[in-house]
Amino acid sequence: MNTDHDATNAYQSLVETLGHDDPRWAFGTGVEDVQAEITSPVPDGVDPADLAAYCLMLGDDALICSHRLTEWVTNAPELEEEVALANIALDLLGQARVLLARAGHVEGEGRDEDALAYLRTEPEFRNIALAEVPDDRDFGRAIARLLVFSTWRLALLQRLHGSRDPVVAAVAGKGVKEVAYHRDHAAQWTLRLGDGTAESHRRMQAALEAVWPYVEELYRSTEIERRLAAAGVAVDPAEVRAEVDAVLDEVLTRATLTRPTVPPAGLLGGRGGRDGTHTEYLGHVLAELQSLARQHPGARW
Amino acid sequence: MVSNTALRDAREVVAEVVDPELPMLTLDDLGVVRGVETDGDAVTVTITPTYSGCPALEAMRDDLRARLRAAGYRRVEVRTVLSPPWSTDWITPQGRRKLAEHGIAPPDRVGPRRAGPVPLALAPPPTSVVRCPRCGSPATEEVSRFGPTSCTALRRCTACREPFEHMKEL
Repeated sequence: MNTDHDATNAYQSLVETLGHDDPRWAFGTGVEDVQAEITSPVPDGVDPADLAAYCLMLGDDALICSHRLTEWVTNAPELEEEVALANIALDLLGQARVLLARAGHVEGEGRDEDALAYLRTEPEFRNIALAEVPDDRDFGRAIARLLVFSTWRLALLQRLHGSRDPVVAAVAGKGVKEVAYHRDHAAQWTLRLGDGTAESHRRMQAALEAVWPYVEELYRSTEIERRLAAAGVAVDPAEVRAEVDAVLDEVLTRATLTRPTVPPAGLLGGRGGRDGTHTEYLGHVLAELQSLARQHPGARW
Repeated sequence: MVSNTALRDAREVVAEVVDPELPMLTLDDLGVVRGVETDGDAVTVTITPTYSGCPALEAMRDDLRARLRAAGYRRVEVRTVLSPPWSTDWITPQGRRKLAEHGIAPPDRVGPRRAGPVPLALAPPPTSVVRCPRCGSPATEEVSRFGPTSCTALRRCTACREPFEHMKEL
């Protein structure tokens, strides 16, 4: 087989589909109709509203964290690291797309992944605050956030691999390998910076202090998560605390860093990100994430 | 109107479609084709993504549709399934050979996932040897854990000094 010929054709046929009945992806041309698992029935004994809400939680964590990571494109300290952060963002975006598509399908109100990503308002998002807070172009903070986020998400996904919901289980089964790689990447950077120069140590420690107020929320469980955990669909995040702590302690110790003792950021009227109560920063993320879709509804190219 | 007997075998058509990011590999070499079912001039192809966010998936889907339509199939559906998750272990021996021939070090075997927490890797695993695809030397070092596509990392050979891509184990 002549591979050069085929290489040309792979791109040629993409061009050929343009102008026919396959519009290239823009808005509203998502994955739902062809993803075999997304249309699976809701597991017996599970409230569809709970399942939709849970898929939004896991999906929004990934979507918003992915968006924060992409802010480093053209801003990273070196080209290889820009590629790394963009690749991590892409993995998380892929996880988010499937979870949002599942949420839309289970909800049954005709919203697809794009409607959920681009047309919801702040209080409708269900991500934890750690995903949305800015890192102010401080690379140490980007790494500190990624270390905590991926260690926690990995612990969740490992347990969710056995979820009774086939989509949650499938995303988790695939995501475990990806997120483990993200975590190791962040851990290796934490080591380099923490156990590096006096300046890099100081800045990595400061980055941990900035991120740590948002860690406590990761282990707070909502009624929905507890109900779904009892039904074998979700995992109660309170369960993963010991495992996440042990990994973070191992990394921080090796990196000669100190676990911060700053007080948690706290909730607002008892409500956190999982209840749709967010920090002031989510609005800024959504303004950037959603402006094109809102200004050009249904745009295709 | 193309009669059914004139249709090329759909499996054959699918086998010729290549990965847009690694065009030396067919989808068969990559191990992402889960099934091809035909019913007259209708065909359903089931593929699985490599990485969750791999943009090549959309391109593969478009390419499969275009090729199958060109081969005379009037109803073409390309479905994706996530489970069981793709692993680089599914790349065929032929696929591995082609990667090496094109300067990309093929992935090591991963084996089934072990139960329990994924162990933390604070340094590249000392046991894994990635041979230089150009000179064959095992003396190579990682330059970047992420390469130009989701599935590759960047390495450099300390013997022949050439940089090369390594398809990461997944």
